[in-house]
Amino acid sequence: MQEVHQTTVMKPPITRVGVIRWARANLFSSVFNSFLTVVTIYFLWKIVPGLIRWAFIDSSWATTGAQCRAGGGACWSIVTKNVRFIIFGFFPYEWQWRPLLAMIILFSLLIVSRNRRYWKKWLGYLWLIGLFVMGLLLKGGLFGLPSVESTKWSGLPLTLLLSVFGLTAAYPLGVLLALGRQSRMPAIKSLSVVYIETIRGVPLISLLFMSSVMFPLFLPEGITINNILRAQVAIILFTAAYIAEVVRGGLQAISRGQYEAAESLGLNYYQKMRLIILPQALKIVIPPSVGILISAFKDTSLVVIIGLFDLLKTTQATLSDPRWMGFSVEAYIFIALIYFTGCFSMSSYSRRLERELYRGT
Amino acid sequence: MANELPDKNNEKLESDPIVEIIDMHKWFDDFHVLKNINLTVHKGERIIICGPSGSGKSTLIRCINRLEEHQRGRIIVDGIELTNDLKNIEKIREEVGMVFQHFNLFPHLTILENLTLGPIWVRKTAKAEAEETAMFFLEKVHIADQARKYPGQLSGGQQQRVAIARSLCMRPKVMLFDEPTSALDPEMIKEVLDVMIDLAKEGMTMLVVSHEMGFAKSAAHRVLFMDEGEILEENTPEEFFDNPQHERTKLFLSQILH
Ligand SMILES: Nc1ncnc2c1ncn2[C@@H]1O[C@H](COP(=O)(O)OP(=O)(O)OP(=O)(O)O)[C@@H](O)[C@H]1O
Ligand SMILES: [Mg+2]
Repeated sequence: MQEVHQTTVMKPPITRVGVIRWARANLFSSVFNSFLTVVTIYFLWKIVPGLIRWAFIDSSWATTGAQCRAGGGACWSIVTKNVRFIIFGFFPYEWQWRPLLAMIILFSLLIVSRNRRYWKKWLGYLWLIGLFVMGLLLKGGLFGLPSVESTKWSGLPLTLLLSVFGLTAAYPLGVLLALGRQSRMPAIKSLSVVYIETIRGVPLISLLFMSSVMFPLFLPEGITINNILRAQVAIILFTAAYIAEVVRGGLQAISRGQYEAAESLGLNYYQKMRLIILPQALKIVIPPSVGILISAFKDTSLVVIIGLFDLLKTTQATLSDPRWMGFSVEAYIFIALIYFTGCFSMSSYSRRLERELYRGT
Repeated sequence: MANELPDKNNEKLESDPIVEIIDMHKWFDDFHVLKNINLTVHKGERIIICGPSGSGKSTLIRCINRLEEHQRGRIIVDGIELTNDLKNIEKIREEVGMVFQHFNLFPHLTILENLTLGPIWVRKTAKAEAEETAMFFLEKVHIADQARKYPGQLSGGQQQRVAIARSLCMRPKVMLFDEPTSALDPEMIKEVLDVMIDLAKEGMTMLVVSHEMGFAKSAAHRVLFMDEGEILEENTPEEFFDNPQHERTKLFLSQILH
């Protein structure tokens, strides 16, 4: 046996440095870097004070449009005075607490689901109940809640509906397509390939048009599918094709040895994929998948072209009101913030998930 | 080391064959990789397969659990013939353990989870029982203290011992080893061979692709020499190493011994 040497315990070297050291290392490390730093500081100095002045000092927060014009600064009043229309659109005014409550339920569920320790059966049931309650709140018609036509669903709830359902349905479909593309069965394989390549070859807008114009042509007379469902289907079909290609990349990164080890234990195809291959493949493709989910979330705003009033459209409708004309910047900043919050939460969650999953491996 | 084992020459082997390969051929496209293989493995028998690189050793043992498909002849494992019937293939794989050159542990699962996966999902064992069995076999390969770690945190020798334990947890009737020590640093080879020798002592049926002469001499009943897809020579380890018959065997032995 080897001798064990006693070594003195050493502390790691101190790595914290002062502001000046930091600045020298990061901002002025070379002539070119110093030049960039100076230029950046100059532009910030030119822009930031004016921006702050416009957004906060000269701004109006709860006035009429006319008063805004007199004030000269940012007119946040367009948001505060119209917030209920921007958010809820044409949902009957006195019932707008219903979509509000639905959104609160949705956000609570999303927040709870962030924690992987809670990924148990009960969370699945909670989601099912949540979905039912949310649907009930929007649609009504039971328990004394008056029914609200889905044509009245608009604004943020509509955007969330399209994206949450779109993304959660597209992901598993995409995984199935990716597995199909790898399949040894020629029929399944070619179907998947044709599907993926076709969908990836057309823009989402044309899919949306097709689903709103062409679907009805194929349906028997008298049966109509509502517009929201059509848009939803188009979004799911579109996103799934992209997810499929990303997942396929992940599957290809798994070595043959993993398949063989799983097979030699006697696992069947389904067990092998679910327990061994997919957990590893999906982990690898978290960053690109989230990229796709984020762009799909933003792409839901394209539904305006088939006449749905999502968040973007309710904002535009507000802007076309003569009393509030000319304040589009403020209104768009507001919805940009909403979109940003959604996208940023997704990407920060994906980073957290990656960290957690790579721990220990 | 050799005298620790029951004298394998006098050991009475049960007569039932556990693996029977009859007139088996395999092609990779046009390449005739296995030619007219005939091999019977009895219960408790330990066979070493050696031969030059590319001679088809891996392919041969991979045919036994259908990681590769043969095109002619028959392979019968534990009374079940290997055909395209998926149910049969899965059944045979339950009974046949396999240890790979590169361990192939599941990196996203802990050591314990690696070991309990097969019993829980394939054998439908209760989780607690599966974990108990897993700990038993981890003790056996001297690595129980690592149960909660991930494969990436273990050395190569430790990983290979875990891989052996993972197979054992399925309580296989036959174990296949494909060059279990050739991806290991020299100082780790012994710890893995020791585990394999322990297994041999317990009478496990083993087919081992390996060039470890010491292991062959102390644990094997027979050594097969393969070249260009054929079993060229077959003998007891002593005869095989000391008195090789075939020119190509002699050439091969001179290469691995010097
Ligand atoms: N999937 C495959 N497709 C085509 N040819 C293959 C395939 N797998 C193996 N071969 C070829 O079959 C022959 C036998 O391969 P095999 O892996 O069985 O050899 P081996 O005896 O195990 O060699 P080594 O000692 O290098 O592991 C080699 O020539 C190899 O190139
Ligand atoms: Mg080999």
